[in-house]
Amino acid sequence: MAINLDNLMGFHHKALQIRTDRMEVLAGNLANANTPGYKARDIDFQKAMKNAQQSSGNNNLTRTHDNHIKGSTQSTGQLQFRIPNQPDTGDGNTVDVQVERNTFLDNGLRYQAGMEFLNGKIKGMKKAIGGGSQ
Amino acid sequence: MSLFNVMDIASTGMSAQSVRLNTTASNVANANSVSSSYDQTYKARHAVFSAELDQASGQQNPGSKVRVLGIVESTKPLQIEYSPGHPMSDENGYIYKPNVNVVEEMANMMSASKAYETNVQVADTTKRIFRRVLRLGQGQ
Repeated sequence: MAINLDNLMGFHHKALQIRTDRMEVLAGNLANANTPGYKARDIDFQKAMKNAQQSSGNNNLTRTHDNHIKGSTQSTGQLQFRIPNQPDTGDGNTVDVQVERNTFLDNGLRYQAGMEFLNGKIKGMKKAIGGGSQ
Repeated sequence: MSLFNVMDIASTGMSAQSVRLNTTASNVANANSVSSSYDQTYKARHAVFSAELDQASGQQNPGSKVRVLGIVESTKPLQIEYSPGHPMSDENGYIYKPNVNVVEEMANMMSASKAYETNVQVADTTKRIFRRVLRLGQGQ
């Protein structure tokens, strides 16, 4: 049986991709913490992960013309508005900086955990290649 | 779709907040700049933020940057004071003081500096994660 790198790292690779997207969304929320009318958004990690596992390989639609609309089934599809836990403060902004900061931190830690898993996989593979003699 | 975008977003946040800090500094500094006519008097300035829509340009970035739409001058009425002995008083003896509310500006300043700090922390966390990505697969 041939070794399939996609099978080996695929799961963590996809997880990290969603984590990166989520980090971007949260950074956007924090940057817009004082923008009137801005609504906080977030990615539902569980749903995005489920989606990513179902679609295999390249998840962008093939385009044969420049005018075609770019179709991608990336985690942006799971982008949802956050339900505010306090009434409108008057300017229509729903960003709760404390919540966003904590979520950002949490997401960052989980990203690092994902990196650790990936590192372990690579280490195991290296050991297999070197015959365990390193 | 990459960590660079997070850095970009954090930097737009920082520059927007620094514009806000700038206007606040200017407002506080000019809080007591009197003049002898309504038009020449300093008026409180405030930055207006808005979220940048990348979707319109065809890119599908999940996060949105912030941008400064412009700086507006406050339309609150000025304080007019009768002070005939003042060197800046007009022919009727009135001086015009700016419509700057110093307490409001101080609160604004704290909010801006906290928001700036948050953006710096976002950039810092991103940097640390970047470093880990670069070290992926190295070592034993």
